[in-house]
Amino acid sequence: MKPLRIKNLKKKFKDTVAINEVNLEIEEGKITGIIGRSGSGKSTLLRMINRLIEPTEGTIEFNDTIITDIKGKALRKWRSECAMIFQQFNLVDRLDVLTNVLIGSLGRNYSFLNLFGYFSKEEKINALRNLSRFELTEKSLQRSGTLSGGQQQRVAIARALMQKPKILLADEPISSLDPKNSKRVMDDMLKINREDGITIICNLHSLEIAKKYCDRLIGLSEGEVVFDGKPNELTADISKKLYDLDDE
Amino acid sequence: MNEIILNSHNKSLIRKKRFWNISLITLLLIGVTLSSKIIDINSSNLLNGIPRLGDYVSQILPSLETSNLFLSSNDQGSVAYWYFNLPKYLKLLFETFNMALLATIISSTLALFFSFLAAKNTSPNSLIFFTIRRILEFFRGVPEIIFAILFVWVLGIGPLAGIIAMTLHTTGSLGKLFSEAHENSNNKPIDAVKASGGNWSSEMKFGLLPQVLPNLISYVLLRFEINIRASTILGFVGAGGIGQELYLVINFNYYEEVSAIILLIILTVVSIDLFSGYLRKNITGVEND
Repeated sequence: MKPLRIKNLKKKFKDTVAINEVNLEIEEGKITGIIGRSGSGKSTLLRMINRLIEPTEGTIEFNDTIITDIKGKALRKWRSECAMIFQQFNLVDRLDVLTNVLIGSLGRNYSFLNLFGYFSKEEKINALRNLSRFELTEKSLQRSGTLSGGQQQRVAIARALMQKPKILLADEPISSLDPKNSKRVMDDMLKINREDGITIICNLHSLEIAKKYCDRLIGLSEGEVVFDGKPNELTADISKKLYDLDDE
Repeated sequence: MNEIILNSHNKSLIRKKRFWNISLITLLLIGVTLSSKIIDINSSNLLNGIPRLGDYVSQILPSLETSNLFLSSNDQGSVAYWYFNLPKYLKLLFETFNMALLATIISSTLALFFSFLAAKNTSPNSLIFFTIRRILEFFRGVPEIIFAILFVWVLGIGPLAGIIAMTLHTTGSLGKLFSEAHENSNNKPIDAVKASGGNWSSEMKFGLLPQVLPNLISYVLLRFEINIRASTILGFVGAGGIGQELYLVINFNYYEEVSAIILLIILTVVSIDLFSGYLRKNITGVEND
């Protein structure tokens, strides 16, 4: 059985329907790419999975838990199991890289002392180990705002790994990066998928990259699923339709 | 085609601007005429009054003599004679300084606590947001001197009344400034902490505070400068410190002591302003690079 199940999911922002009747089941351990043009609802869908956005209707289930119903501690536990990386990296620029990575441990292993900036030695070693996986150890005491975009995104992945997640949600992770850094970030995501078995759901703009890295592609258009299949099943016709290329 | 659009766009811009300029100037003229009528500016009063200002200033100036300048406090015309009460002044000045310091520290702590409740993006719900904002507005709206009069009446003459008065007013104004700093912060790092399963206090400590802290420190230092000046004035209504002594020597017409105290206050305020200005510049400067 597929662990993550999305049923009749709907999201309305005032009068606009961002997500309409989406039904999906996501396989464990695979990279699932969500494609579609801007405003097609990709980001909204992803943010409903970790409840940064509340759905209007429908449910999301993970194993036996109905994610859309949980609150408080259970919700925070779910969020820590289901890490997210963002288009703008969302690091705290003024804090050093190490602390930024340690933020990932707050949901899993919170202690009152964290509020005074204290983290256990064990978590710090954990964080350094995660940074070294992405060859960022020597940057760990630098202020994260001084890093390049690609480095920041890889710090964000290290932060996500601190959560010891089962799922990684990636919201346009390479949209603000140049091709070389994009490749590096995608390679790193592929690495944690293959080595750690973390399920990845990734919003992508670029079809080329989506086809190269993803095991399965889901095409969204105006909040509805218009394609669901293997990358090689995506024909030129469908991609034209997905990106509205035939408008002009 | 493009030129026609540009021209008509320019024309409409100029028309709008002209309308606003003319209305603003008219309003300003009406305002100035009305207010000068109301406060009754009378040129003869003003002309007669100004020399008296000079009289007072010349009366409070010390009679220093260059030959006796550095003699002891028993010799007329020496600086020591002018400042014979210096130990007392310094003690009172220190009291004024401490009043301002204590009030600033307590009110920054209180303001930090309330600011989270009074910022749109961090407040738990809109009712709390609305209520705390109005309360802060009240405390900011009442000048510290009014609070001081009230607390001198309640607690008696002394610095405690001044400290409470300044604390209340400063909490109101810092609370508003802090919460506005929160509102102007970038919510992306906060989102990230939330998405990693952090609770509300983690979101504030790791997502919000690092962004706003330099601003908050700068506001606190600025408020400290203001409170140093305010705590001097509060002495006038009996709330302790050098102000109380200044009020006394003014009332008893101890002319030379008036200038001695005022000069001390000016020196203190200027040096604290300079020091805290330097600190503020350094904190925001270094943090912004």
